[in-house]
Amino acid sequence: MTPFQYERAATAPDAVRMASNSASAKYLGGGTNLVDLMRETIETPERLVDVSGLSRTIETRPDGSLLIGAAATNTALASDLTVRRDFPLLARAILAGASGQIRNMATVGGNILQRTRCAYFYDDAARCNKREPGAGCDALDGFNRIHAILGASPACVATHPSDMCVALVALDAVVHLEGANGTRRIPLADLHRLPEGRPDIETVLQPHELITAVEIPALSFARRSTYRKVRDRASYAFALVSVGAALDLSEDGSVRDIRLALGGVAHKPWRALKAEDALRGQPATEANFRAAAEAELTDAAPLRDNAFKVELARRTITAVLSELKGDAA
Amino acid sequence: MSIIQDAVKTAVRFVPDRWLPGASPDPLREKHGLLGAPISRVDGPLKVAGQARFAAEVPMEGLAYATLVHSTIARGHITSLDTSKAEAAPGVVLVMTHENAPRMNAPAMFMSRPDAVGASDLPVMQNRDIHWNGEPVALVLAETQEQADHAATLVKVEYESATAVTDFQAAKLAAHHPQSILGEPPLFEIGDAEKELNEAHHRVDLVFRTPRHNHNAIELHGATVRWDGDELTVHDATQMLNGTAGTLAEIFGINPDQVHVSSPYVGGGFGGKALWNHQILAAAASRLSGRPVRIVLSRESVFRIVGGRTTTEQRVALGAERNGSLRALIHTGTVAMTEHNNCPEQFTFPARHLYASKSFRLEQSVADMDMMANTFMRAPGESVGTFALECALDELAEQMELDPIELRRRIEPEKDPTSNNPFSSRYLLQCFEQGGERFGWNRRDPKPGARREGEWLVGLGCATGTYPYHRMPGGSARIRIEADGSAVVSTAVHEMGMGTATVQAQAAAARLGLPLEKVRFDYGDTSLPKGVLAGGSTQTASISAAVIAANDELVKELIRLAGNDSPLAGLGADKLEARDEGLASVDEPGRHETYASILARAGRDHLEVEAAAPPPLEMMKYSMHSTAAQFAEVRVNSVTGEVRVCRMLGSFDCGRILNAKTATSQFRGGMIMGIGLALTEETLFDPRSGRIMNPSLAEYHVPVHMDVPEIEVMWTDIPDPHAPLGARGIGEIGITGVAAAIANAVYNATGRRVRDLPITLDKLL
Amino acid sequence: MRFTINDKPVEAEFDPRTSLLDLLRDHLGLTGSKKGCNQGACGACTVLVDGERINSCLALAVQYQGRAITTVEGLGQTGSLHPLQQAFVEHDGFQCGYCTPGQLCSAIGMAGEAARGVPSVVTADLGDETVTLSHDELRERMSGNLCRCGAYNGIIDAITETFAADGSQKGDAGARKAA
Repeated sequence: MTPFQYERAATAPDAVRMASNSASAKYLGGGTNLVDLMRETIETPERLVDVSGLSRTIETRPDGSLLIGAAATNTALASDLTVRRDFPLLARAILAGASGQIRNMATVGGNILQRTRCAYFYDDAARCNKREPGAGCDALDGFNRIHAILGASPACVATHPSDMCVALVALDAVVHLEGANGTRRIPLADLHRLPEGRPDIETVLQPHELITAVEIPALSFARRSTYRKVRDRASYAFALVSVGAALDLSEDGSVRDIRLALGGVAHKPWRALKAEDALRGQPATEANFRAAAEAELTDAAPLRDNAFKVELARRTITAVLSELKGDAA
Repeated sequence: MSIIQDAVKTAVRFVPDRWLPGASPDPLREKHGLLGAPISRVDGPLKVAGQARFAAEVPMEGLAYATLVHSTIARGHITSLDTSKAEAAPGVVLVMTHENAPRMNAPAMFMSRPDAVGASDLPVMQNRDIHWNGEPVALVLAETQEQADHAATLVKVEYESATAVTDFQAAKLAAHHPQSILGEPPLFEIGDAEKELNEAHHRVDLVFRTPRHNHNAIELHGATVRWDGDELTVHDATQMLNGTAGTLAEIFGINPDQVHVSSPYVGGGFGGKALWNHQILAAAASRLSGRPVRIVLSRESVFRIVGGRTTTEQRVALGAERNGSLRALIHTGTVAMTEHNNCPEQFTFPARHLYASKSFRLEQSVADMDMMANTFMRAPGESVGTFALECALDELAEQMELDPIELRRRIEPEKDPTSNNPFSSRYLLQCFEQGGERFGWNRRDPKPGARREGEWLVGLGCATGTYPYHRMPGGSARIRIEADGSAVVSTAVHEMGMGTATVQAQAAAARLGLPLEKVRFDYGDTSLPKGVLAGGSTQTASISAAVIAANDELVKELIRLAGNDSPLAGLGADKLEARDEGLASVDEPGRHETYASILARAGRDHLEVEAAAPPPLEMMKYSMHSTAAQFAEVRVNSVTGEVRVCRMLGSFDCGRILNAKTATSQFRGGMIMGIGLALTEETLFDPRSGRIMNPSLAEYHVPVHMDVPEIEVMWTDIPDPHAPLGARGIGEIGITGVAAAIANAVYNATGRRVRDLPITLDKLL
Repeated sequence: MRFTINDKPVEAEFDPRTSLLDLLRDHLGLTGSKKGCNQGACGACTVLVDGERINSCLALAVQYQGRAITTVEGLGQTGSLHPLQQAFVEHDGFQCGYCTPGQLCSAIGMAGEAARGVPSVVTADLGDETVTLSHDELRERMSGNLCRCGAYNGIIDAITETFAADGSQKGDAGARKAA
């Protein structure tokens, strides 16, 4: 680990000010990903600004929306009764991730900004455009069983590993940011980038811009939502494919509205808009669920080892929506 | 196998048991009471309190901390080394490379002589040559671990690569017979198996593949070392104390008695806690810097410099007559190995002993690769060999429309099918019968896919497990009786969680007629009488044979000390037994004297004897193997292909069980590693670079709590008449047969045969 | 920098790079907490901070100034073991003993979470504020603690005996000698 200065911020503007003094400064939340990356010297900040003491409140607002301080721990968010009742998809996604210990440490902000598990990203003996722009990508022809099938580029086929983000993107979450030039809000769906030619640039955040909160708009039918994670162990493993969904059915059995997102398939949490569009107004049948999944996956471009993800995603989407339909009945 | 060994083997077959040291029945084998009782671990309270001090936790004044730098190429040489930045970094004590490392002899390879335990015979940091991707090229020593870790990233190394063999598929083309497979010929044939196969009524001919594995004991490999002049002290995590001392001594050109290795607690071994580069380099750096050194490998470094189980490609072909008897048993294949080690993953061994067949063809080849030397890992050979053989049998049984257990009944041999030696004790069919009954085997529908619960397909599978009995030669034990009649039994052996400390205290107490509280078992240090290594499920029998020998000496000494005034006067050793804290007449219960009394009368404050175990000739006269029937019930998700083991039962015949509690844990532990072998574990070796790409516990998936169901274990408890204590060793057998039982259950659930491990969900979609 | 460790005030100066685990092990001589991966993948380093379980290997010590830390040494000592430690001994909830301190601290933190109603991914009804520590709940909640020796059954039995109110989960009937 490269030596660094440690400072603890009391407010978000303080944090931004502290970070602004150093080009390589990083914000430290729970440290569960950053500390590991620093040990691997993939991250080498000269300054760490500890933001774990900033807002961790989880506020339910009168309109039913939620405002979550970015320093809230994963455990706190998953345990919040409003989240559990009104947005079970989110609670389940968080609880499907990592371990009890890590969820106690990890913050909401840190979870959003965690980095890929690609083996070639982690190994400094390998070529990786994400670590070293222009170096090449050893994952393209290497072990890429856990890699992306959607939205990848020849420069990078890595996936975003978060479970929580899959739920957040399905729920149209908005992130609140604090930067040198003040505050702004952007949809989480727009925060993470697809790799294109610059996989090292993973988000649209400006230098030293800090995530201060996440806002989840009210969504009444999110009470009927769930998250399903498919992985190589029964617990404590990253997703091969995950599906987060909320389903709103009309009395006639057609899909009034739907939210659908996928994890483990792309460089960012993947909102399945094509599938949603295909289903809105259509009868909620297994055949239609499958057709919608097909629609979402028509552009899938599997690699040597991960073709199974296409079929797995198709099946899991169908199963999750069928399950939600069953719950609604 | 040499001509002399063969001649001894042949001669031993005709020698009566009573002439055979080590083969005469141990009187303790039938004794009940303390032996076999579910005693809690004697080292348990220390371990749960966090007070057991492991190798990297031994305090020393002035410690410097070490970190390794690994090569990033598989073969070639270093062209330039720039250590200036690292040397200038804060806290750095020393940067050691091949340019300044002390001159050291290459390690003597394992089995090249009795105390040689080198994992390979490559010299360690002695020249610029690179032999595998991950080989240490520098060691950085600093005042703190943080400083050493950082400085290690500042060492700049440039290489010139040479063409490396890092693709098993390519390496296989040049596969060849090794000199031997652990003393057995690489090709063994009875009859013309291919011809018999072709003429057989039923045939299966299948290829199985198993990947590389790593032991991944949770304790990281580490050592704390110090030189005092030419005396080297190594606090190590090892399962081979004396071998480590002997091999290190030769490497550094000193006498074995100048190396002191201590390892009272080992945080898991499974074959991996051996002598690797890190102890050698730590000792070298300590010598060079004049500082005591602590080295704790990172998990990545463990993957890079500690070998694991190698990959195998196996063919099993079985030909059967209509009545179920085997006409041909063919088990052949290839493993990856290096030119610098000798560990051929003896996957054909189960087939040599398990089943009767008219003809055999058993052949193993090795494909030389440029990689970290592979090594022994829990049930080397048998773990992956039983996967192939037992899956093939399941497929044959299906073809014959026979229950798989019935098929095994029909091919049960009367004597060892390849050596023709009698079995010392074998109750495999009893394991199947009793295990099957308890597991509910008769509820299995042989038709695949017949049982569904919601999304889940449910299936049952079974397989045979097996592991040989071995007793290591060369172990000694000391027995010391104190004035108060208490005893200390000691030998330089190992406790890595197998229960050695507890079981040997139990056994010593039973042998000496003492209550457990009055017996202490000392182990884990080379200052004790020379012990045996912990490997191959051999420790318990090997220690016991040494303790029996020492006890014979003890009784002789006690008779001498007791003299003519003792109630025991005039009784020879054969008329005496240990009981009630002393010796007693076998025939006249009233004649008894305590150890304390004998010593007091003789004016002795203690009595100490030491003896070595006799050579293990019983192994030459008998075919000695433990066997097991493994049962698994799995659920396979019809949507996602996920496999969950929901029930497991292991039914074991391992001779006498010495502690029901610790034995249960040994069996279960092996079975759980078998779940990993079957479903989740794989070391990803990149064929382009020869580099391991998942050197982490996050990406190498050992089973977690949620992967593991309640596991039932049962055993025959029939003492082996030819093993000390009647016990054959239980460390490895738990893992054997498990992968096959699970794979067979997956087939029963889904109708899909997966013949390459691990059975990940993508193979079932 | 100040900490409260096992109820005692502790002052220490160290490199900001030092993890809480290394602070405990290398600086303070509290070697009960173990290092198994140093990347949050095995749980051997689990300690309690203000009663909550965390992986101390991923925690920069500097970030935990002023907090109350409990390690295995603070649970109980030989002769006066915590009931859970005693249960681990009785149920053989370990073999080599290396993952054990982490399993113990994790189980205690886990029991606290369950008492506070923290759900898990296997909790059927997320709206239910009370947690019943079933076999599946325990296995899921303890999955962040690897045991390579495979003492999982004994660990779950020990935790069940100590923490699960409903004794019906107790299941150490796994070992049976055949008649």
